[in-house]
Amino acid sequence: MTPDELELIRKRQRGRARVMAILLGSLVLLIFAISIAKIQLGMNE
Amino acid sequence: MTIAAPLLPPADWRDFLALTKPRVMTLVVFTGLCGMLAAPGTVHPVIGFTAILCIALGAGAAGALNQWYEADIDAVMRRTQRRPLPAGRMDRQAALHFGVGLSAFSVLLMGLAVNIAAAAILLVSILFYVLVYTVWLKRRTPQNIVIGGAAGAFPPLIGWAAATGQVALLPFLLFMLVFLWTPPHFWALALFVKIDYANAGVPMLPVVAGERVTRTQIGLYTIPMALAAVLPWPLGLTGAIYGGVATVTTAIFAALAFRVATRTTAADGDSMKPEKALFKYSILYLFVIFGALVVDRWVLA
Repeated sequence: MTPDELELIRKRQRGRARVMAILLGSLVLLIFAISIAKIQLGMNE
Repeated sequence: MTIAAPLLPPADWRDFLALTKPRVMTLVVFTGLCGMLAAPGTVHPVIGFTAILCIALGAGAAGALNQWYEADIDAVMRRTQRRPLPAGRMDRQAALHFGVGLSAFSVLLMGLAVNIAAAAILLVSILFYVLVYTVWLKRRTPQNIVIGGAAGAFPPLIGWAAATGQVALLPFLLFMLVFLWTPPHFWALALFVKIDYANAGVPMLPVVAGERVTRTQIGLYTIPMALAAVLPWPLGLTGAIYGGVATVTTAIFAALAFRVATRTTAADGDSMKPEKALFKYSILYLFVIFGALVVDRWVLA
């Protein structure tokens, strides 16, 4: 594997790791918001 | 002995995004959102957002699985050659895993956060698009997009079901509108990219039955589509805003479709302007008519 190929792989891995971190963070926030919404809806019933 | 596939570097995250067909997703998300907003009652904003997110993810997953299965067709069509799989930027297995994972996640999230009815319709729409349209019909029959069109017609039903937990006559008519809109929309496209489809061996109607039949079918399908578009008004399911907009925009659609249905392609150098005009207008038409539905519901409410 050439240094250029290795650099390309590292660059893509970094990009994918960053996007995955953002997605997982967003998922945590979404699940939290859904839980609060469900609690609110349950209290209003 | 098996031959090892060439080892590809990990795909860029943008290629995964491209697998979800973001442009197609906009129309799906919009019709789903309008179906939800037109439904009676109110939805909690977080639950509503989650429902639309699930519709988008489900549509993206179906698009990814479609591209996984059709990589060979995409490779010979000019319009699709630059997609991640035919361009060799992604491993096929990665696309399959992404599509299956995203499908399961979208349906589970819809079921847990919104309701079972919306999740069930979302699951049916993904399976319909992937198994019935992509795997079964597309390569076998010129009626592929007629029956397959149902897959794209589910979002208003899902949106309505997300808000109410059930389906009713209005979302069913919206389903029929998108279902019957699909043939004129896609056949107008197929008329001006006919060579592409022929090269790929996809039995689109202009390739198999010829242009004359396709033009006639565009005209014929426009009639029940127009009925499905306007019917909610006389049935009392919508108000005058929707009725007026639906009547005018559908009349323009019918006029464009009539022009396509009655003309013949010139022997040399036909620019296919009427067909391109119908195709472009058909996209705008759905946006406007669904937008009018929401405005009608919210203003007249």
